[in-house]
Amino acid sequence: MNKPLRRIAIFCGLLVLALLVRTNWIQYVQADSLQTDEKNQRIRIERYSEPRGNIIVDGDPITGSKKTDDPYLTYKRTYKDGPMWAPVTGFASQIYGATQIEQLEDKILTGNDDRLFFRNTMDMVTGKKKQGGNVVTTLNAAAQKAAFKGLGDNKGAVAALDPSTGAILALASAPSYDPAKIAGQSKADATEWKKLLDDPDKASVNRALRETYPPGSTFKVVTAAAAMEHGLYDDPDGKTDSPLPYTLPNTSQDLPNEGNLPCKDASLRVALQYSCNTVFGKIGADLGRDKMLETAGKFGFNKPVDTPVRAYPSVFPKKMDKPQTALSSIGQFETAATPLQMAMVASAVANNGTLMEPYMVQQLQAPNLDTIEKHEPKKMSEPLSEENAQKLQSMMETVVNKGTGTSARIPGVTVGGKTGTAQHGVDNSEKPYAWFVSYAKTDEGSPVAVAVVVEDSKAARQDISGGGLAAPIAKSVMQAVLDKK
Amino acid sequence: MSSSNTHTSTIGAIGAPSRRNTELALLVFAVVIPVFAYANVGLSIGGELPSGMLGYGLGLGLLAGVAHLVVRKFARYADPLLLPLATLLNGLGLVLIWRLDQSPRLKQRAESAFGSYSPDAPKQLLYSAIAIAMFVGVLMLLKDHRILQRYTYISMAVALVLLIIPMFFPAVNGAKIWINLGGFTIQPGEFAKIIIAIFFSGYLMVKRDALALASRRFMGIYLPRGRDLGPIITIWALSLLILVFETDLGTSLLFFGMFVVMLYVATERTSWIVFGLVMSAAGAVGVATFEPHVQSRVTAWLDPFDCYQSDVTGACQQIADGLMSFGAGGTLGAGLGQGNSDLIGFAANADFILTTVGEELGLAGMMAMLLLYGLIVERGLRTALAARDPFGKLLAAGLSGAFAIQVFVVAGGVLGLIPLTGMTMPFLAYGGSSVLANWVLIAILIRISDTARRPAPAPAPTSDAEMTQVVRP
Repeated sequence: MNKPLRRIAIFCGLLVLALLVRTNWIQYVQADSLQTDEKNQRIRIERYSEPRGNIIVDGDPITGSKKTDDPYLTYKRTYKDGPMWAPVTGFASQIYGATQIEQLEDKILTGNDDRLFFRNTMDMVTGKKKQGGNVVTTLNAAAQKAAFKGLGDNKGAVAALDPSTGAILALASAPSYDPAKIAGQSKADATEWKKLLDDPDKASVNRALRETYPPGSTFKVVTAAAAMEHGLYDDPDGKTDSPLPYTLPNTSQDLPNEGNLPCKDASLRVALQYSCNTVFGKIGADLGRDKMLETAGKFGFNKPVDTPVRAYPSVFPKKMDKPQTALSSIGQFETAATPLQMAMVASAVANNGTLMEPYMVQQLQAPNLDTIEKHEPKKMSEPLSEENAQKLQSMMETVVNKGTGTSARIPGVTVGGKTGTAQHGVDNSEKPYAWFVSYAKTDEGSPVAVAVVVEDSKAARQDISGGGLAAPIAKSVMQAVLDKK
Repeated sequence: MSSSNTHTSTIGAIGAPSRRNTELALLVFAVVIPVFAYANVGLSIGGELPSGMLGYGLGLGLLAGVAHLVVRKFARYADPLLLPLATLLNGLGLVLIWRLDQSPRLKQRAESAFGSYSPDAPKQLLYSAIAIAMFVGVLMLLKDHRILQRYTYISMAVALVLLIIPMFFPAVNGAKIWINLGGFTIQPGEFAKIIIAIFFSGYLMVKRDALALASRRFMGIYLPRGRDLGPIITIWALSLLILVFETDLGTSLLFFGMFVVMLYVATERTSWIVFGLVMSAAGAVGVATFEPHVQSRVTAWLDPFDCYQSDVTGACQQIADGLMSFGAGGTLGAGLGQGNSDLIGFAANADFILTTVGEELGLAGMMAMLLLYGLIVERGLRTALAARDPFGKLLAAGLSGAFAIQVFVVAGGVLGLIPLTGMTMPFLAYGGSSVLANWVLIAILIRISDTARRPAPAPAPTSDAEMTQVVRP
């Protein structure tokens, strides 16, 4: 019986060997991917076992950490003015994960970043607890407050930039939610979370970065820039070749203006002042799809922007015929833009034609406030020449001084802007979006460019206009930035 | 000149050392390691040496000492490794169970599920004490393992009764494998494993020649006559059926494997292996088609992360959590008391106790643990090789084979190598029946190895010796 016994012994050996191979496979080969699997609860246990670092605005933290009763998830995230800052911070929840800066800079906030390794090792030796670092943002608390307050009960969003650097100064979205209410793991948090998921108003969506709207007439700034950049018209005050009524090319359909406007052969300045659809529609059709695409692309359309929170790409359609190009050039058809995108348009004009890359993380700090990483302003593109930019500035200033944007005037400050009232819905059935993009300028250059969109306003339909609804919000944001200067 | 005529048998009277001192040295090691581990857990969880350390350490040491003395007295020539290996595993199991007792998560879980919480480690220590008592009992009462031969058919009946009893008790977590007696739950399947091995050995020893030789050729393989194979296959099939109805698939796999192994050893015919594999494949497919319990296990095994959220039985979560636990341990582990293996919740200190080993002791600890089990199996099979009587050979082979299969099924299930079937890791896992049965198993192996290694009595001096002397001229 010994021969089969020896074989059985070999068989048992193989069983043990199989287990050994398998455990090596899991614990050595697969260990990394298992450790980082999103279903792995150890990640959140580790994330909340220590107080997180903070997100800083104007030198003050807008976040905090609170000790809980749970033996594993020892700390819970808290937020100051949660709803106002939610589009900036995102949330860090013990159960529902993390979003936006809370997620993107998680490694710094938890102190797990490789760049903190040496420090952590030293702390381990000296017996100090591991601490998280801080994320310092570029935001301006006063501007943010003005933006969020300005939106009030309306749905909408505000994005404000510093044109010379691309630093994001305000990023508001309404309606908003309080990330503090979903930070824990209690029943109340679960209820709040469910409410947020089922919310028809989509309070959890960051409208400033993640929602695209038809930009309406504010897009005419881009079209005007394209006209000058491609040499179609040079002089803002020279006559354009614009018939009235203007029939869309290859169709028998007229492109109407909003009311009886002096748009026949109007100069670019006048056309922008009165927001002539006929003039800008024809410019788009004359330039053609490719030239319009080129300029829109330089302004940032059709590509995502990482701020580091990723902003959805705004759309300037790539496939369209001539009449569609005309419609797209006045911000209709499939053109769609995020508020950030339109703020980028205004900031490029205000910055004399140079578009800076938008960003909102100024620096990452170690727990002892040493700088680990600092953002250097980066040029993104040059959508128009300095000369043309200044021409466009003077046109936009006309809009504010005596055109549709007069409600954004600030005494003693040069303000340029453009209104927009974007129709949407099938056959224009829904309430239009009110847009306003603008910048303010002082002797030292332009400190702020801002874009505001108010959707689905509670105002009566005929009262909805970019100038009436959105411009005052933009004004208060600009004022807040200027006052701080 | 004296050496040539004092003994002539192949095994010498003074040749085989008893190795009892080796055993004692290894036992000291097997007690000291868990005590250190215990201190380690206490320091990492509470920041101080655990208060019960002395109690557990002395308890384990005392049990090991008693077991050693009994082996010294009643099984002088027994294999010196079996007892220390079992003691070490039992001790480490105690530490791991105690460590999981400290988990607030499991405390909370127990309180919300049963309204109260009581630590498992003291109970396990009590079970271990009872188990050692049984170990001592077996060694003292069972002077020769061949006595068990007499109970071939009685053990058959006992095994069947043990297997049938749980049918009359309610299912726990989907399997009817427990009987509940006044607060104590017993898993009769663990004991049935040993008893049915005794039956198989007794029966096969008698019938092995008939099974091996009096066979007819059918489709290239030799099939034995029905009257030889009939009874055993009936009992075996019956026990499998019972287990399938109790949805205790791990144990049915164990019985099946043990049966094939013993049949193969007894008949020395490879065709049995083929036959066994075909039948087990057919059986597995058959069971999987009508048993939803099994189906969910198979789904969980194929891709536990895919069905992590959607699965209602929790099988996927359990497996995936187990795998993540192993992954979290990595090569060197998080350190005793510093992992999160208690996230598994249910069965963390039973079927899934290996995940705690994997997470807190890492790959290194897992390999060591698996090798400890491998060593037990190897010593068992050596005992089978050394045994001089076919019954002892078969019994040792059956018990070691069963032990190996059990380890493979549990560890393989937890590691995601095969579908999870739910059995306990011998010695390591929490559970009275398991500890008791496995100590009895070790006792029987020690008894067989003692008989096998015991030197043959010196032949009585005969008067012939003088006459065969070479007479020099």
